[in-house]
Amino acid sequence: MSNGIALGAFTLAALIVTVPLFLILGTVVYRGLPALNWSFFTQIPKPIGETGGGMANAIVGSLMLLGVASAIGIPLGIGTGVFLAEYGRNKWGNVVRFTADVLNGVPSIVIGMTAWALVVVSQKHFSLLAGSVALGIMMIPIISRTTEEVLLLVPQPIREAAWGLGIPHWRTTLSVVIPTASSGIVTAIMLAFARIAGETAPLMFTAFGNAFWNIRLDQPTAALPLQIYRYALMPYEQAHQQAWTAALILITIIMLTVIVFRWFAGRSAIKGAL
Amino acid sequence: MDAAIHVQKLNAWFGTKQALFDINLELADKKTTAIIGPSGCGKSTFVRCLNRMHETLPDARVEGRVAIGDLDVYGKGVSPVWIRRRVGMVFQKANPFPTMSIYDNVAAGLKLNGYRNRKELDQVVENSLHKAALWEEVKDDLKKKSGASLSGGQQQRLCIARALAVEPDVLLMDEPASALDPISTAKVEDLIFELKKQYTVVIVTHNMQQAARVADYTAFFLMGNLVEFDKTETMFTKPSDKRTEDYITGRFG
Amino acid sequence: MYTVPKPPAAGASQPAEAGSTTSTPAESKPLAMIPKSRLRTKESFFADAAFRTVVAGCALALLVSVALIFFELVSQSHLSRSKFGFQFLIQSIWDPVAEDFGALPFIYGTLVSSFVALLIAVPLSLGTALFLTEICPRQIRAVLSLLVELLAAIPSVIYGLWAIFVLAPFLRFYVQPFLAKYLGWTGLFTGPKYGWGMLAAGVILAIMILPIISSITREVIRAVPRQQREAALALGATRWEMLRISVLRNARTGILGAIILGLGRAFGETMAVTMVIGNRPQIVKSLFAPGYTLASVIANEFTEAVGDMHLSVLTEAALILFAITLVVNAMAGLLVWSITRGAPSRTLA
Repeated sequence: MSNGIALGAFTLAALIVTVPLFLILGTVVYRGLPALNWSFFTQIPKPIGETGGGMANAIVGSLMLLGVASAIGIPLGIGTGVFLAEYGRNKWGNVVRFTADVLNGVPSIVIGMTAWALVVVSQKHFSLLAGSVALGIMMIPIISRTTEEVLLLVPQPIREAAWGLGIPHWRTTLSVVIPTASSGIVTAIMLAFARIAGETAPLMFTAFGNAFWNIRLDQPTAALPLQIYRYALMPYEQAHQQAWTAALILITIIMLTVIVFRWFAGRSAIKGAL
Repeated sequence: MDAAIHVQKLNAWFGTKQALFDINLELADKKTTAIIGPSGCGKSTFVRCLNRMHETLPDARVEGRVAIGDLDVYGKGVSPVWIRRRVGMVFQKANPFPTMSIYDNVAAGLKLNGYRNRKELDQVVENSLHKAALWEEVKDDLKKKSGASLSGGQQQRLCIARALAVEPDVLLMDEPASALDPISTAKVEDLIFELKKQYTVVIVTHNMQQAARVADYTAFFLMGNLVEFDKTETMFTKPSDKRTEDYITGRFG
Repeated sequence: MYTVPKPPAAGASQPAEAGSTTSTPAESKPLAMIPKSRLRTKESFFADAAFRTVVAGCALALLVSVALIFFELVSQSHLSRSKFGFQFLIQSIWDPVAEDFGALPFIYGTLVSSFVALLIAVPLSLGTALFLTEICPRQIRAVLSLLVELLAAIPSVIYGLWAIFVLAPFLRFYVQPFLAKYLGWTGLFTGPKYGWGMLAAGVILAIMILPIISSITREVIRAVPRQQREAALALGATRWEMLRISVLRNARTGILGAIILGLGRAFGETMAVTMVIGNRPQIVKSLFAPGYTLASVIANEFTEAVGDMHLSVLTEAALILFAITLVVNAMAGLLVWSITRGAPSRTLA
């Protein structure tokens, strides 16, 4: 294959790859905008046939799911990352690292099933908590991997300076190393957030969805991705419209998060230090 | 406190590779001792054994006795963390804490060890910065500027101030001026000259003129062994060992 | 383990283990800091141990989570495994009422949809990776990289939504007739043109796994040492020849790893596939026909499962899915690691 053809083919490939992104985003905006109004954010779904209604309960539900999931996933993720960076340069660390990669690769529906078995079955009902457990577990490997990377980037002389002052190891890690790596850790958290915000499968048998308001941990709850899924499959045009609008909101949040944290914040994982 | 350093039969290893062989040395209280020698001779390792920093490296090992005054540094039950509060260290490349302001950097040794009294901290920070000859340059930006935003020479003086703030008895300096320009180097050397009135100073340097300028005593290391130790003046004018003479006159290293 | 030297009275000296003195006159230590710091030393030993325990506990939680996943899958599927045994993998029947199940159509569907996706995605993602690392001008590299990453950020359900309403009709009216006309003889493109079906699933999966294959490939290509490239160029090779000889050959294993990683991702994709594959458990040669995957049947039937056996069977399907993704990901990880030597990757998780 001649040089020019090969290089041209690569360029073509790259161009083709960007097409679906714009197509999808464009479609979501185009189809989602018409029903984007105040009532979408303030009302719960109305029965098919009645006009109006919105997905306020799903928006709140998603936010709550993400909130509780973060409460589980962030501490465990950062803790694991700290463990791997500071105490994990050994065989045990490798076991944990490998397991984190395994967990990362487990299909989200399988994680949902596990949360179902652990929480839903024992509590005998679907719940927000179960959904959050599933999502929280998914966050752990994402946050832990990046936290470890970023902590390792903190130069050793910084640690030595602290030790040299007689500051104990734990205090050094907590008050010197982690703050130095903080912007990288925040990026990790936000990207994990963006990833699980759109997850549907793990919620299908945990949070289950709810046509009405719910903010209780022990009850099923609506979530944006679930609503999109269910409405997309209904044979009603009105439902489809709602699905597109919900998709618009969901994708806007996710895209903004990724753009902000990959483009702006991702630049300097370490503050100040070379 | 009597902060003379007594080193007896000090041996150190990196894994299986031995870096120091039976070092015996007496460093005088409140005097400056320079440690000189070619690259790889063990000067840094020696100094890092004095404040138990060597053992923080993986597979590092130390045997022998080091005492500061009456304190057995490697004694049973003696905590390295405690030793490091009595022995300050300044590193080759300035390493201020990047997320902290100038003030917080200097106060770090106290604050992160639980010391909270604001007024006294303010006092300590000011005193230390004065001692490090940095006060005039940063007094208006103490809390506004980060430690990492200063110039190289200023950063190193900041690190000196930071080490002084915890009021150590001994100050270890590992080639503190080697990464600095001549003007900053001169400032740091003046500083060391002032400091030795209050602290026992051990300074590693590959710059013999620097040793001659600031140190009362000099020790010459070669391949992990202590070859000669004497008053600086004597060492440089009438060295007893031929190897010392060769090194000083530039035949190697 | 560490004994704490006693704090001195000002001016007095007190021996500790081997003797430690602080006969300091009060003036030169105005802050009386020493007693405080000595006290903290004992605390610091326990604090160090406590800190280490806490973070090790977090790591342990991770191990426990994975163990739980495995445990639950195995225990909940016990019923099914003991009844059907190996037959489950090669049987094609799916009758919840008669409680007779066989997972073959789902395994087939998972494999076929994923391989179709690979067929489409691999050339495109390799090309993109090569473009980004070798040809792309620096200024737009960051932007293009970001775009590929945004593609990865789109949730599966939105891919599905788009696939139902945009992709499927497009395939139905423009692509399928074309394929049927010119390539119908292969037997792969025959039958009713619904738009949705195995082909649609393959296409949407391809778009979804593009980013991961592309970014891992970029990592792997970057890991090829400069000297290798320079050696080829110095011999007078053109850009493409240099890439072929030095880069691609060296990175071969890693690229294979990237592809297998993409395959693993495709196996586990649920929402987009479920929404567009037609959900009919059958084994048919034509890609126009509807199919069913392991992930899809779980998603569709789990909440409506008829009886314990049904649930157990679905759990076994999940176990199979877990097993194949585990094997595939582990293999891929090894291949990639052999090239990048375990350097942490900066890719999307």
